[in-house]
Amino acid sequence: MAVTTARAHQRRRRPAGSGAGAVAGGGSHQRRPDQGWTETRRATLAGYLFLSPWLLGFFGITALPMLGSLALSFTNFSGSFSRMEWVGLDNYRIMFTVDPAYWGSVRVTLLYVLLSVPAMLVFALTVATLLNKGIRALGIYRTVFYIPSLLGSSVAIAVLWRFVWGESGLVNAVLGVVGIDGRSWIGNPDTALFTIMVLNVWTFGSPMIIFLAGLRQVPTELYEAAALDGAGRRARYWYITLPSISPVVLFNGILATIGGFQAFTQVYVVSGGTGGPAGSTLFYTLLLYQRAFTELRFGYASAMAWALLVVIAAVTAAVFASGRFWVHYGDGEER
Amino acid sequence: MTAVAARHRPHQVSHRVQRTFIHVGLVSAAFVMSYPLLWMTASAFRPSEQVLVEDSLWVSTPTLENFVNGWTSVAQTSFGTFFLNSLVISALAVLGNVLSCSLAAYAFARLRFPGRRVWFALMIGTIMLPYHVLLIPQYLLFNSLGWVDTFLPLVVPRFLATEAFFVFLLVQFFRLIPKDLAEAARIDGCGHARIFGQIMVPLAVPALATTAAFSFIWSWNDFLNPLIYLTSQGNYTVPIGLALFVDASGTSNYGGLFAMSLLSLLPVIGFFLAFQRLLLDGISTTGLK
Repeated sequence: MAVTTARAHQRRRRPAGSGAGAVAGGGSHQRRPDQGWTETRRATLAGYLFLSPWLLGFFGITALPMLGSLALSFTNFSGSFSRMEWVGLDNYRIMFTVDPAYWGSVRVTLLYVLLSVPAMLVFALTVATLLNKGIRALGIYRTVFYIPSLLGSSVAIAVLWRFVWGESGLVNAVLGVVGIDGRSWIGNPDTALFTIMVLNVWTFGSPMIIFLAGLRQVPTELYEAAALDGAGRRARYWYITLPSISPVVLFNGILATIGGFQAFTQVYVVSGGTGGPAGSTLFYTLLLYQRAFTELRFGYASAMAWALLVVIAAVTAAVFASGRFWVHYGDGEER
Repeated sequence: MTAVAARHRPHQVSHRVQRTFIHVGLVSAAFVMSYPLLWMTASAFRPSEQVLVEDSLWVSTPTLENFVNGWTSVAQTSFGTFFLNSLVISALAVLGNVLSCSLAAYAFARLRFPGRRVWFALMIGTIMLPYHVLLIPQYLLFNSLGWVDTFLPLVVPRFLATEAFFVFLLVQFFRLIPKDLAEAARIDGCGHARIFGQIMVPLAVPALATTAAFSFIWSWNDFLNPLIYLTSQGNYTVPIGLALFVDASGTSNYGGLFAMSLLSLLPVIGFFLAFQRLLLDGISTTGLK
């Protein structure tokens, strides 16, 4: 709303401004138009002054490096510019057809995103729904469920995870009670990725908070009207709650997906930087890190980074586009 | 009357039963989720040899020795150095983000100048940009400037508002501040610098505090950047020190490892508890993590 008003305001002012320019050109005897002109210039100057740190960062640390990495991805750059050669699409060809680890890392990363992101969101929405029933001690629950989100990306938690899922860890201790003799979950290629997924689901607190805020904004009249029409609880949840918070689902889904593709710290620490056992936790980002910073194949790793960018952009765009079929925006509200 | 009452009572009872079920479910979920953290806390106070054996939360023979021998267990360098490094980097990151992001946000939210909407769109675009695309060229850039193994690559970008999430958060907040105040100040002859410093900043304290707290937490937890840029042990941050500890102690000093892990989490938890309401509001409105 605020934006629209400001824009309308500006539109109203602009003709006056250009008229003033004409008057000023024809020999100014009034001070006001001239002042109006300097006012615009002052705002422009101030705008760019205030923006200058960001502009410097945008060009110097974001935009130009980004183009730089695109250029590097067509070279065999490995640390020395004098021996750098233009190799065309070779890096991409090697990536897609030769590198034995590449598709494995794609598979691991996709599995991780496709399974742990929906699981996390379902968990977050379920807990948020329960918390939204006006129960007591809401504040305490919120804090307890949220704290893992803050800690999830820390090395300390990754260290802890190695113990929790280790051979004599907590998980096996619990399984031992029911008579199951578990092996190390981290050391087994079939289950290692699963433990990292659980770690991601464990950080469901931050989407939960966002869901909670969304659930609070569902108008109660809708529920009352539906109840009068005889809709049961399940029907109300399905036909009112879910459509009403669908924009929030979209928002959380996109954030969690983008974050999921970039998971790094936990895998690095849990697998000791190797992506093991047997490449079962060799995430895309970890392979990229190894190719760049242990093998110094910067050109190749840049190609990997650009492939990742394209995939993330495509997935995000696809999720946005799919929203047309399942995301409902409140009446008259613009996106 | 009686019919109505009769219809109501079972409903209320089932309501209460349902409430109880919800609480039981939530408490069990919270317990299962927190158990690893609580166990880690308990383990930090246990003699090292008990850590792998003991699964409960009960500490039979509490000891502080883990904190003493964990502190100095990474070759040559003590955790005191790691904590100091982390603190310096995080404090500078907070300062940099608060300054640079609020300046940019003021321009986006309040100033009208040509190109504003294009820049704003680009700024939003950088929020979604995967960091790994920038990793290598930034490394080459900072390397050519001779910044590797200094704190500069971890700190300077924060002074250039590269964590665009915070710019977005502050723009949202600045837009809510009534325009009349600034208009009045302008008529009184205030320039934009004074309007920003004396009107906007004081009114935006909640959003600035959110920015500060998340800046601190992100910077404190950051692993990838210190891993790449800090090469000598004396410059390591706490997460890198911990990772080194894990590698070095593939052996036995589990107590020390847990004690240091616990210490490394305390500042984050402390910051969260101190700014709890602001942070949760910040998450609700923008999806910060």
